[in-house]
Amino acid sequence: MTVEMLVDTPPRGGQRLRLLLHSRSGMAGLVVVCLLLIVAVAQAVGLLGYNPLTQVPGIRLQGPTAAHWFGTDQFGRDVFSRVAAGVANTARIALVAVGAAALVGTLLGVVAGFFLKGPDAVISGVTNVLFAFPPLLLALSLASVMERNWFTVAVAIAIVYVPIFIRVARGPVMSLRGIEYVRAAISSGQSRLMIMLRHVLPNITSIVIVQVSLSLSWAVLTEASLSFLGLGTPPPAPSLGSMIYEARTLVYVAPWTMIAPGVVVVLLVVGLNLLGDGLRDAFDPRKRGT
Amino acid sequence: MSIPWRGVIRRILSMLGTLLGVAVFVFIMLRAIPGNQITAGLGTEAAALTPEQRAALEAYYGIDKPLLGQFFTWIGNVLTGNLGFSSRSQVSVLSLTLNALPVTFELAVLSIVLALLIGIPLGMLSASKPDSPRDAIGQLIGLAGLSVPSFLLASALLTILSAKFGFNPNGEAYATLTEDPVRNLRQMLLPSLTLGFGIAAPIMRTTRTALLEVRSQDFVRTARAKGVGMRRLQVRHILGNALVPIVTITGLQFGYLLGGAVVVEQIFSLPGIGRQVLIGIQGKEYAVVQSTVLVIALLFVVVNLLTDILYRIIDPRVRAE
Repeated sequence: MTVEMLVDTPPRGGQRLRLLLHSRSGMAGLVVVCLLLIVAVAQAVGLLGYNPLTQVPGIRLQGPTAAHWFGTDQFGRDVFSRVAAGVANTARIALVAVGAAALVGTLLGVVAGFFLKGPDAVISGVTNVLFAFPPLLLALSLASVMERNWFTVAVAIAIVYVPIFIRVARGPVMSLRGIEYVRAAISSGQSRLMIMLRHVLPNITSIVIVQVSLSLSWAVLTEASLSFLGLGTPPPAPSLGSMIYEARTLVYVAPWTMIAPGVVVVLLVVGLNLLGDGLRDAFDPRKRGT
Repeated sequence: MSIPWRGVIRRILSMLGTLLGVAVFVFIMLRAIPGNQITAGLGTEAAALTPEQRAALEAYYGIDKPLLGQFFTWIGNVLTGNLGFSSRSQVSVLSLTLNALPVTFELAVLSIVLALLIGIPLGMLSASKPDSPRDAIGQLIGLAGLSVPSFLLASALLTILSAKFGFNPNGEAYATLTEDPVRNLRQMLLPSLTLGFGIAAPIMRTTRTALLEVRSQDFVRTARAKGVGMRRLQVRHILGNALVPIVTITGLQFGYLLGGAVVVEQIFSLPGIGRQVLIGIQGKEYAVVQSTVLVIALLFVVVNLLTDILYRIIDPRVRAE
């Protein structure tokens, strides 16, 4: 998506929604993600009946039954409720991480692209430094030096994503600066803050929204990888990655302990990817009217 | 083919600036650990230290000096090849790193080769008839590659193959390519398949998009009109022009692999550079983590620079600028 296209055709909310609704894969993604989130919320408010942390020694490693849909694990805990709590944990971390990264990164990107010179040199320098690390390595290094809880995991992932949002916002803002109405606003003496809020920010929202949806699936994968490596939310809190890690030695006697969290993490990421692709197509002006 | 020297030199200078920033960042990051290297490394035993012992340890690690001094000492050491010492394995971090790098490099090359072998044909298949069943199949495989976490695929492959077929080459001690090529390649098979499958997805998507975009351009129609054969058109005109984005994404992925293969190296017990970071983190050996992360960032930046140069060489539009 380039700025010229954005500026040529101002975004229309209703049309975009229609395009998303018409994209079968985008809708499928939305439905999958919503279903998983509904189950996660139902679990969080206690509607599912089992506590994911309660250990029942008498029913260890039982296969799926009517009482325990996904069976039980090595401590007699209900796998279904643990998977649901794991989804809630992952979703919370991914949303906080990507939300924070989008907010901070977009603001810094707008400032860099609008003022150029000094602020741009500093912000772009920081961006280049953060881009010099492979993403997962940066996330796990950051997670390893912080006190371990869900929030610091989110912070570690957010830091990895900030430069992506800076770069996504900066380029279009630089081009917008040269557009007539922005130049007119600058020369008419409006405050820089007002120009950024009123003329610049609204023009880059669609790019940012698309980037948010694409980043969410990555954030879920990163969180799951971190908890698989033992650097995510500490036990006994359920997390999809650590459940898969623990299941590796149990998989011969109790395959459901790996299959359940494995299938759910894949469904969640597939759903987010489909939704992201659908949104990207819906926001892409080249697809408008097709 | 000429190399655009001016652009290359400018890029190298900005890369050096970035690397200095990377060093500062890594240095500050490890100072953010709760407590300091001594208390973090010793854990609860740190409480039993007498003030004299503590002071002696602080002097030994150099953390009694001002931060700026510590930073320049570290950088000076790194530049002269002293990356620190791993007390756990009783060898220098430099020799650890020199042993680990070939493992990761081999893994990265094999994974990229597999990814290209899967990704480019799939992308061509998808692009050959957009919105057809074959496009759907190609896209579905691409989506699976993007969505199945590498640790899940690796765990599943490892458990299924070793339980059902008794195939577990990674259970034995690691052999380098020169020591025992057959064992080495058997040990590289599952890890590079896992990584290759994941990386094939972005390569497949990029190939598909690039082919569709190039195909719709005027020069293709002109070529067809002047009677260029179908095969020559496909390979020379279309694939040749679509190569630029494919090279870029491949270079980027190769860079990720040099440091991002942590999970796969860990699962298959490959003694690569990513695993070295992880072992350093688990053993709270911050000297190992600090220097290894710096080395990985250096490699990542250099690979990205080389990709950028290659891209300037093969793309006539960039070359003309």
